[in-house]
Amino acid sequence: MAALTADTLEGGFHDPVFQSQAVFRAVMAALAEPARPVPLPPSARPPAPLTAELGAVALTLADPDTPVWLDPALAASDAVRAWLAFHTGAPVTAEPMDAAFALVADPARLPPLSAFAQGTAEYPDRSTTLVIAVERFDTAAGPLFTGPGFETPRRFAAHPERIGFLDQWAANRALFPRGVDIVFVADGLVAGLPRSARLATTE
Amino acid sequence: MTDMDDARFPPLSNSLPRGERGPVGGSGAGADAGVELNGALSPLVGESGREGAPGAVLDDQANLRTYSFAYLDEQTKRMIRRAILKGIAIPGYQVPFASREMPMPYGWGTGGVQVTAAVLGPDDVLKVIDQGADDTTNAVAIRGFFQKTAGVATTTRTADATVIQTRHRIPERTLQAHQILVYQVPIPEPLRYLEPRETETRKLHGLEEYGLMHVKLYEDIARHGHIATTYAYPVKVEGRYIMDPSPTPKFDNPKMHRSKALQLFGAGREKRIYAVPPHTDVVSLDFEDHPFRIQTFKEPCALCGAEGVYLDEVILDDRGGRMFVCSDTDHCEERRAEGHRGALSGESR
Repeated sequence: MAALTADTLEGGFHDPVFQSQAVFRAVMAALAEPARPVPLPPSARPPAPLTAELGAVALTLADPDTPVWLDPALAASDAVRAWLAFHTGAPVTAEPMDAAFALVADPARLPPLSAFAQGTAEYPDRSTTLVIAVERFDTAAGPLFTGPGFETPRRFAAHPERIGFLDQWAANRALFPRGVDIVFVADGLVAGLPRSARLATTE
Repeated sequence: MTDMDDARFPPLSNSLPRGERGPVGGSGAGADAGVELNGALSPLVGESGREGAPGAVLDDQANLRTYSFAYLDEQTKRMIRRAILKGIAIPGYQVPFASREMPMPYGWGTGGVQVTAAVLGPDDVLKVIDQGADDTTNAVAIRGFFQKTAGVATTTRTADATVIQTRHRIPERTLQAHQILVYQVPIPEPLRYLEPRETETRKLHGLEEYGLMHVKLYEDIARHGHIATTYAYPVKVEGRYIMDPSPTPKFDNPKMHRSKALQLFGAGREKRIYAVPPHTDVVSLDFEDHPFRIQTFKEPCALCGAEGVYLDEVILDDRGGRMFVCSDTDHCEERRAEGHRGALSGESR
């Protein structure tokens, strides 16, 4: 366990009420209109490799009620663990199946989506929301997505992308209403891929 | 409209006589009350009306503004926000949430108020309607509540609002992409009157077993010759979940279909939140030989002459006199401002 240092104490929201509200509204807009990047106001300054956007989403949504799974890149950092513990109080779980949120800083080595909580038929909401930091979004190329929140299908890709991600996404969509939801964050942007979003080419 | 904001719901009112200001006594209370008469004009000042809340009497107005913004504590908001996000990801599915006690009784919109409180930010412009009207008790009280606890701007104009909380109507003006419609829902479970056990309705939704609902609509036809359900008319969302659109008149159901606005539903007593994202299919249940139809009205609005809108009946006397007027007060005012006149508007006599 890391000692309590200034790095741990600093870097949270300086105005928690309004900054978390602004981040929430960005995330909500991103999930309501999937595959469309939405500006995410800069706010948190967490220790690397936790990105500012990952940190902001964690501060906004995670708390002692929500077990958080950290990908190996994040879990290896005592500074990240201490910062999340101090600012959110969220318990860290090693089991992706138990996680309400999964924070991912290294998307290329994302575990299979099926490793996370999928919810049940009666309570599909009890599934993991993955928050994944990527380098950039590509809305000009990439596969076409459609579903609720799409006026017309939109192209969307998040780079770097795990090999076989689209196949996994199609399998995730086939579980609907069960399945995981993904919130992608990149530099100053957030884009949602809720389980309701499906690949337009596969249907 | 807005001049009726005061004088209803005493605990939330801005304009009580000084003697009735509540528990804080002494000279300070009198001074506060003097300031508060301006509450409706200056939302920040209105927050000094929080004498009743423990710890809320702060000198620093900046602190006042951030203290429990929009009433709910931050952990409660996070919990509600998580439920909203799951609701959006699973359109039409009822997400359980830990509904809080609110300073108003169940049935007065505690679910909608909690959803609004969780999404509301300082830049939002809030409109609240009760059966389409901005000036009835529930709407006035909730608007005053958020003026006082969040200091947000409020409006009666649909076009100017970013968040619209509604008790059972959808405004006549087509909602836009930046707007959020928050419904107050009494009974979120469309199957509840057919199957009282929550464990069973959960299973029915999980298995997509909705035959019961069609039997109910069929029995309407067998008994009345047509589907007699006129409000809380069940809809199917994105081809999956059957959803109660809250007791809106079925007239409003088509407005939910592929709406540009995000629609959020909060049921406080029943502790459920659900959502319909923008551009989502919302289809009213029906039969091939008994297709879904909305209500029609024989005459236009008596005040503004609008046709194709939902009308309320107003009794004029005890000899059978009546008039039909727009249920959406803002729509009616806007039309009259544009010069439209109905049969009973004063100018046309």
